[in-house]
Amino acid sequence: MESKVTCENDLNFKATELRLGLPGTDDSEKHTPPSVRSNKRALSHETTEDSRSKSNSGTSDFGDDEKEAPPAAKAQVVGWPPIRSYRKNCFQPKKTEPESAGIYVKVSMDGAPYLRKIDLKGYKGYPQLLKALEIMFKLTIGQYSEREGYNGSDYAPTYEDKDGDWMLVGDVPWEMFISSCKRLRIMKGSEARGLGSYV
Amino acid sequence: MAYSFPEEVLEHVFSFIHSDKDRNAVSLVCKSWYEIERWCRRRIFVGNCYAVSPRIVIRRFPEVRSVSLKGKPHFADFNLVPEGWGGYVYPWISAMAEAYPWLEELRLKRMVVTDEALELISRSFKNFSALVLSSCEGFTTDGLAAIAANCRNLKELDLRECDVDDRSGNWLSHFPESCTSLVSLSFSCLEGEVSFSALERLVSRCTNLRALRLNHSVPLDKLPNLLRRAPQLVDLGMGAYTAELRPELYSRLGNAFAGCKGLKSLSGFWDVVPSYLPATYSVCAGITFLNLSYATIQSPDLIKLIRQCRNLQRLWVLDYIEDSGLNALAASCKDLEELRVFPSDPFGQEANVSLTEQGLVSVSEGCPKLQSVLYFCRQMTNAALFTIARNRPNMTRFRLCIIEPRTPDYLTLQPLDAGFGAIVEHCKDLRRLSLSGLLTDLVFEYIGTHAQKLEMLSVAFAGESDLGLHHVLSGCKSLRKLEIRDCPFGDKALFVNASKLETMRSLWMSSCSVSFGACKLLGQKMPRLNVEVIDERAPPDLRPESEPIERLYVYRTIAGPRLDMPGFVWTMGDEKSATEFS
Repeated sequence: MESKVTCENDLNFKATELRLGLPGTDDSEKHTPPSVRSNKRALSHETTEDSRSKSNSGTSDFGDDEKEAPPAAKAQVVGWPPIRSYRKNCFQPKKTEPESAGIYVKVSMDGAPYLRKIDLKGYKGYPQLLKALEIMFKLTIGQYSEREGYNGSDYAPTYEDKDGDWMLVGDVPWEMFISSCKRLRIMKGSEARGLGSYV
Repeated sequence: MAYSFPEEVLEHVFSFIHSDKDRNAVSLVCKSWYEIERWCRRRIFVGNCYAVSPRIVIRRFPEVRSVSLKGKPHFADFNLVPEGWGGYVYPWISAMAEAYPWLEELRLKRMVVTDEALELISRSFKNFSALVLSSCEGFTTDGLAAIAANCRNLKELDLRECDVDDRSGNWLSHFPESCTSLVSLSFSCLEGEVSFSALERLVSRCTNLRALRLNHSVPLDKLPNLLRRAPQLVDLGMGAYTAELRPELYSRLGNAFAGCKGLKSLSGFWDVVPSYLPATYSVCAGITFLNLSYATIQSPDLIKLIRQCRNLQRLWVLDYIEDSGLNALAASCKDLEELRVFPSDPFGQEANVSLTEQGLVSVSEGCPKLQSVLYFCRQMTNAALFTIARNRPNMTRFRLCIIEPRTPDYLTLQPLDAGFGAIVEHCKDLRRLSLSGLLTDLVFEYIGTHAQKLEMLSVAFAGESDLGLHHVLSGCKSLRKLEIRDCPFGDKALFVNASKLETMRSLWMSSCSVSFGACKLLGQKMPRLNVEVIDERAPPDLRPESEPIERLYVYRTIAGPRLDMPGFVWTMGDEKSATEFS
């Protein structure tokens, strides 16, 4: 066991039997950042002021990033600590945490490769929500009318409700909407025509 | 000739062999044993529903009576698997409806179960007797109503930690008056109310009822009546354990409990009012499993209850128990085998209770049979882990969660490598391990060297390089499931150990450094693995190949790439996927 460990401290791949190196790569370390920095806010690392976790050299990469981060309240990490959701609801939480602080729904737009996530609780009503979507996706949605939906604009916001049906945003009262909306999709205007209430 | 043993004799001999491992071994002896065995296998366990297809299972085992299926990977419990990933049970039900008309039992874990699936089950299997759904989702109480109404011989209906849309359609009332067969009824995870009168009548007429787990909508004052109708209960999950202090209710409760002389398991305890706890004391001496993980009561009240349970074998409790409570546990419950301590305030910045590593050390000293631990705390030392390891070499499951990621030994400020190293070195039968705290590649070297019986390893915010992952994959002989999040592990360790992945059930890696290019190559080179890239940001081929993907899920399979993937999952190396990218 000893010799196995020392010889592999170098992870010399040429010596191993199964070689699946990418064509053209050699053994030099292409050191990508240790953890994925994604666009998703929920996955941002904790920006702790606690110096304990920075003390070890093994975490120097994390330490560098943490020094730049604002020293304010900690960002929480998805799925950590590893407890089931039903356990989180079973006692009085003293502080709010991401999964129960708001109503997060995914927003997709036809033609855009990226999904976004928004907190419906952050808006007081439809006008604020639509304005936010317009800014987020750089488009115009236009005015909602009960009869014609979003006719006259390039895009129409739709949502999937609890029953799995796709509905036009704006048809039901706001409170009912935020309690039944599972996800949002901004459709191209032409496609959405079938959804709005029509004569 | 030695081969002239009649088939019936062999079949009779095989009927005494129940474990899957043994049955699999029997089937490898020779072709005729394979044939005989496959016709008389009655129970199937499929640990990953995508490792095999219904058609393949049915073709090999035509006379199955009991099926267990597991769907999503374990990290789905913590919201790391996006909704819509998969794990649909309907195709299995639909295939089995035709092939296994005599199916009796179905046990599903982490699968998506729809009302249609439940309705199909209720109509297709005349002898259906047991439905156990653990951590499943996708159905409503309408589906349960169908099961209740149509399954004439239902013995077991167990819902454990499922996410059920409660339509409050009185599903419980759909059990016909003629139903008297129930042995186990468990609906503690349901949100809504059930009809109390229907419940009481059901409990009255099911005289074989052994297990009854209510949900929190059943108020305390209904409990005495239920208990009086079911004195034969062995397993009770109470509803809300709260009411105004009424002496009359207290004494009715006490008498009702006293009548349940066979009670071994107590759970529920929502909204517990401590004054009502002594009503359970008459049964405590017989209790072997106590689940207080919803009981928001303080240590002194917990201690009083635990001291009554001298024969306790398994305890689940919130960290309100504190070190003092764990000391009392260690002194009173010498038969304790399993301890789970859950956090009462997991997202708080600081400790709200006085629960430290000392509590766990106490229990490890005082309880010689302790072999299974799940412990959430905020501080740990290598010294404590050494002590626990030396005290309990019989440990088989050890899951430690230090709430703040990358927390070092708080006394020495060192990583916890040595402490966990001691665990794997001393606990030679360790089958399951979850790591936390500050950890370098060294801990993985220890694990790869010593943890030869380890089957499942969970890793988060640990390690420094691919060497860490390499140690585990190249060293742990018995490894079946490996799940990793937020670790700097990447392509190299996967390439070097690609063939190891075929000996495991599955590998999960999220927020690590695995590149899209590596996944493609792995998928192409290893046709017996499904290499799934799960990425909600955008199709991975729109970004550079060297960029890390969000999540990787690799599992061995004989069913090929699955056909039910949502838009954010791609199977690498699949011919079809390849052409989509070109």
